[in-house]
Amino acid sequence: MSSRLNFIPARLLQAIPVVFGVTLLVFFMAHLLPGDPAIAMLGDKATEERIAALRTQLGLDQPIWVQYGIFLAHLGQANLGDSLTYGRPVTELVLRAVPVTLSLVLFALVLSMVIGIPLAGLAATRPNGVNDLAVRTYTLVGQGMPQFWVGIMLILFLSLKLRLFPVGGYGSNITDHVYYLFVPALTLAIALSPTLIRSLRSSTINVLGSEYIATARSKGSGGVALFRQHVLRNAIIPTVSILGVNLGYLMGGSIIIEKVFALPGLGSLMLNAIFSRDFPTIQGVTLFVALFVVLIGILTDVVYTLLDPRVNFGSKERE
Amino acid sequence: MTTPTAVLAGYQAKRRAVRPRSRKPWYKNGSLVAGMTIVGLLVLMAVLAPVIAPYDPIQQDLTATLQSPSAAHWLGTDKFGRDVLSRLIWGARVNLRIGFLAVLIPFVFGSVLGGIAGYFGGWIDAIIMRIVDVFFAFPFYVMVIALVFILGAGEASIYLAIAAVSWVSYAKIVRGEVLVAKKQDYVVGARLGGMSHTRVLVRHIGPNVLSQAIIYGMSDIVMDIMAVVTLGYLGLGIAPPTAEWGSMILDGQEFITTLWQQATIPGLIVVVTSLGVSWLGDGLSDLLSPDRRK
Repeated sequence: MSSRLNFIPARLLQAIPVVFGVTLLVFFMAHLLPGDPAIAMLGDKATEERIAALRTQLGLDQPIWVQYGIFLAHLGQANLGDSLTYGRPVTELVLRAVPVTLSLVLFALVLSMVIGIPLAGLAATRPNGVNDLAVRTYTLVGQGMPQFWVGIMLILFLSLKLRLFPVGGYGSNITDHVYYLFVPALTLAIALSPTLIRSLRSSTINVLGSEYIATARSKGSGGVALFRQHVLRNAIIPTVSILGVNLGYLMGGSIIIEKVFALPGLGSLMLNAIFSRDFPTIQGVTLFVALFVVLIGILTDVVYTLLDPRVNFGSKERE
Repeated sequence: MTTPTAVLAGYQAKRRAVRPRSRKPWYKNGSLVAGMTIVGLLVLMAVLAPVIAPYDPIQQDLTATLQSPSAAHWLGTDKFGRDVLSRLIWGARVNLRIGFLAVLIPFVFGSVLGGIAGYFGGWIDAIIMRIVDVFFAFPFYVMVIALVFILGAGEASIYLAIAAVSWVSYAKIVRGEVLVAKKQDYVVGARLGGMSHTRVLVRHIGPNVLSQAIIYGMSDIVMDIMAVVTLGYLGLGIAPPTAEWGSMILDGQEFITTLWQQATIPGLIVVVTSLGVSWLGDGLSDLLSPDRRK
């Protein structure tokens, strides 16, 4: 077991240039803005002295690579600057919003499996049959629905017509959070499920055709037990890597969903920052999310290795 | 889920599942015909908007705001008294135009870089693919929203922002195809025949690998339409009062309890549009890659 995880140091090493690239790209965002980055950072109502002070602090009078060095040094101290609207460190705002977004994303991931696994199994049992056709239509329609619109429709039916769930908000304790997050998470899950179903359907079809399934059948196994014990365990492995990549991307989707349901997560933080032209916060959230996605990528590879004894990232070149 | 990875993953899953199909004439291809019909009707609606829309889409009438559907206004009026049906019809112009045009820059840019990376390999490949990895780390909407903010509102910013995010998928696909193609006999033969790298890449490999990028491009159009609608909903898209489906949904959301159709119908038309484009893409993929896989 442990020898198969020997790839981790090399995988971390491989992530270093990507992390540098991400910081470089986010660093240059400030320089793409029209005008002086110091004014962009402080807003146009800032005094001359404060702007001059920040110019020195960011090294704007120095060559650009020195400025990037200063940016990295600040980053090393988890210093993303101060928010223009809240006057507080961006790091603090981000850390306060992360739990909301992360719970939403994880909840959505669970729900998408609850939706996706049975549907994929149903579709794969008889490819091109009626069930398969229905499930495939669902994936096509699911992919074509704007996420925020699905959210609005769910609010309309589940919250306004049936009065089962609140229209928005986050609640104040754990039970509340689960209750308040259900519809937003369902929205994201519906958006993610087509990807999950497609991948799981095709890998299930492959597994169902294999000899060990024929063996299991000949020993009398069948139905749900066969699916759970023999098919799903093997079919889900390729899906894990797809879900891993999408966990990061769900964070992008959650930006929009948080607006629909008025949730105080990273998305609301970023969108509010956009409308108040709070550049340090925009930069901070963007950087945080991208670094998080890189981290998830590494974690996915680890989980993948643990799940599938045949995978060995150390022995062959990754593609 | 409308993210590049999601579409890419779906595309790869679909691609793995591709079975050899018998070649049938295009008009017997169900998804192609359905897709062409839907997209054709929508394009017709966009082109004929001035003729078929009953009212001016931005003409306000403050004496007739927030009306329910009636004979005069089939879908009612919005909070400025504008006819919702007319805005829906005119909205097709903006949403379809941006959706279809936005794929062009990333398609060309990503395919060229992916082709170069795959063909030359070595350090060129390593550098290009690391850059791809960097861009891949940014979730689609995070990057698009940040870029639209930096570049300023407007259609040009939307094109640039979408291009900056989605070129990576084309680069990955074309690189993968080129890696396979460059080992084929016809490429080796062309090189042995004394042709330059540029000529081999453009004239011989290009036409053989681009069909996959075109197929992916069709699902990318769906994603771009979704991006335009989403930006409109977030208030970061095409500036009002231009009729656009996403901002119509935003306006309708305010009055969802009384005038439910105002948020629902523009969303439905987005679904129909995506469905049409997806079917068209499926049909095209049958036509473009009928027998190249074993």
